[in-house]
Amino acid sequence: MPTRTSVPRWVVAVAAIGALFVLLPLAAMVLRVNWAEFVPLVTSEASVDALWLSLRTSLAATALCIVLGVPLALVLARATFPGQRLVRSLVLLPLVLPPVVGGIALLYTFGRRGLIGEHLDALGITIAFSTTAVVLAQTFVALPFLVLSLEGALRTVGTRYEEVGATLGAAPSTVLRRITLPLVLPALVSGAVLSFARALGEFGATLTFAGSLQGTTRTLPLEIYLQRETSPDTAVALSLVLVVVAVVVVGIAYQAGSTDFLRSSFGSRSASRRADDA
Amino acid sequence: MEKLSALAIGAVLAVALAGCAGTADTPAESTPAAADALRGSITVFAAASLTATFTELASQFEAAHPDTTVELNFAGSSDLVTQITEGAPADVFASADTKNMGKVTDADLAEGDPVDFATNVLEIAVPPGNPAGIDNFADLAGPDVKLVVCAPAVPCGAATVAVETASGVDLAPVSEESAVTDVLGKVTSGEADAGLVYVTDVIGAGDAVEGIEFDESAEAVNTYPIVALGDSEAPDVAQAFVDFVAGDEGRSVLEAAGFGAP
Repeated sequence: MPTRTSVPRWVVAVAAIGALFVLLPLAAMVLRVNWAEFVPLVTSEASVDALWLSLRTSLAATALCIVLGVPLALVLARATFPGQRLVRSLVLLPLVLPPVVGGIALLYTFGRRGLIGEHLDALGITIAFSTTAVVLAQTFVALPFLVLSLEGALRTVGTRYEEVGATLGAAPSTVLRRITLPLVLPALVSGAVLSFARALGEFGATLTFAGSLQGTTRTLPLEIYLQRETSPDTAVALSLVLVVVAVVVVGIAYQAGSTDFLRSSFGSRSASRRADDA
Repeated sequence: MEKLSALAIGAVLAVALAGCAGTADTPAESTPAAADALRGSITVFAAASLTATFTELASQFEAAHPDTTVELNFAGSSDLVTQITEGAPADVFASADTKNMGKVTDADLAEGDPVDFATNVLEIAVPPGNPAGIDNFADLAGPDVKLVVCAPAVPCGAATVAVETASGVDLAPVSEESAVTDVLGKVTSGEADAGLVYVTDVIGAGDAVEGIEFDESAEAVNTYPIVALGDSEAPDVAQAFVDFVAGDEGRSVLEAAGFGAP
């Protein structure tokens, strides 16, 4: 056999167990799906409402992640200021926080008696129990994924082309728009897709902060949690739908990630050409 | 080479599985005990709403029978049913409703008939000071009241629907939660103006909420049954614990927590 890898055989064996550990539960779940009833179960009004709400809110959360996360990643990667390391760690905190803790934190920020919510409530704006609350909860847990992948990419591509652009007279905003963002576009895409996937799976913060009402705040994970109580068949069927959507989404993110190197070297060439033009 | 890898994987897996299986069995204490000396360890699966009372009852039971150990597992009744029917090692099951108990008896997992040992009724919970000025059940339907209830799929939600139907009041909640504790959380945090929970939840929450009783709650009385399970390795202890909970000691502990008589 010509294939010789440097990985010891026992590592491969343990790796296989690791892979099985992830795949077996999924397979076990698929085996429990009631295929005869699958279509009626996942197309019930409550199921469709939940799926539709999940897709809408996750898209909104992803957009919010891009709007807030791109500047955040730029500042963390390019600027230097006191306490930068601390800010960086804090921004990543939602990655490790239990979701319920995130929900409680959001509650005391945007809730009726919260830090900001109190003032919003006085203005007649209530966030709790609204679809907005779902989007906020999803954005809170998904934002680190975008910041993390974009910041890494920004550090990897370096500042060479940006400096050239600047010496040739491009204003900072022009450099950002014409050089920096095109360079890190693949990372931005994969970061956004990961954020979307994370938002789609958000459960604890939504339940704690947003509540659960069909069509308004009951996202797919919440519907699954509720259905488990009365109709395990529906819960399993919807879980499968969620898994399939997540697999597709993560697959897209990997696709964007794998072309990252290729695209960025290609992108850098065109960016330098643009810098020449300037 | 591939065959060798497969063998290696198989071997490691087999070892791992054997390790897991080994811990599952506990040696059965088959010493024939003296007529009145209870001996052995049992695991009690109890509804989450029984957490405080059953923790106390278990330690009282252990004090009364020094050679016994009572392990407790609390979760939502339907979660417990799933665990029991999937083969979790349980000796006693205490359900928060007769419906979930029915699933266990239907599956022929119970030893004897379940005994009803407590009841619970709904009560309105409001944040301290009652900012929305709720006085009775009909007030919950007010247009500006942010009301949180349990979803119809869970027992407290089914009770809510029963009261709603019986009273003719049309509730428009802002959220239908999956668990009564989530409803309580929305009220204690002040997000909701009112929530429908059990009277025991209001008592358990202490000063965090105020409770408002309402007559219509009699339309949905929730009954708690308990039963010893057939697979028990200490059936005497399991039955003794069931009797203990349904007896005088159990009654007084449950009553203090707000549970009604069966």
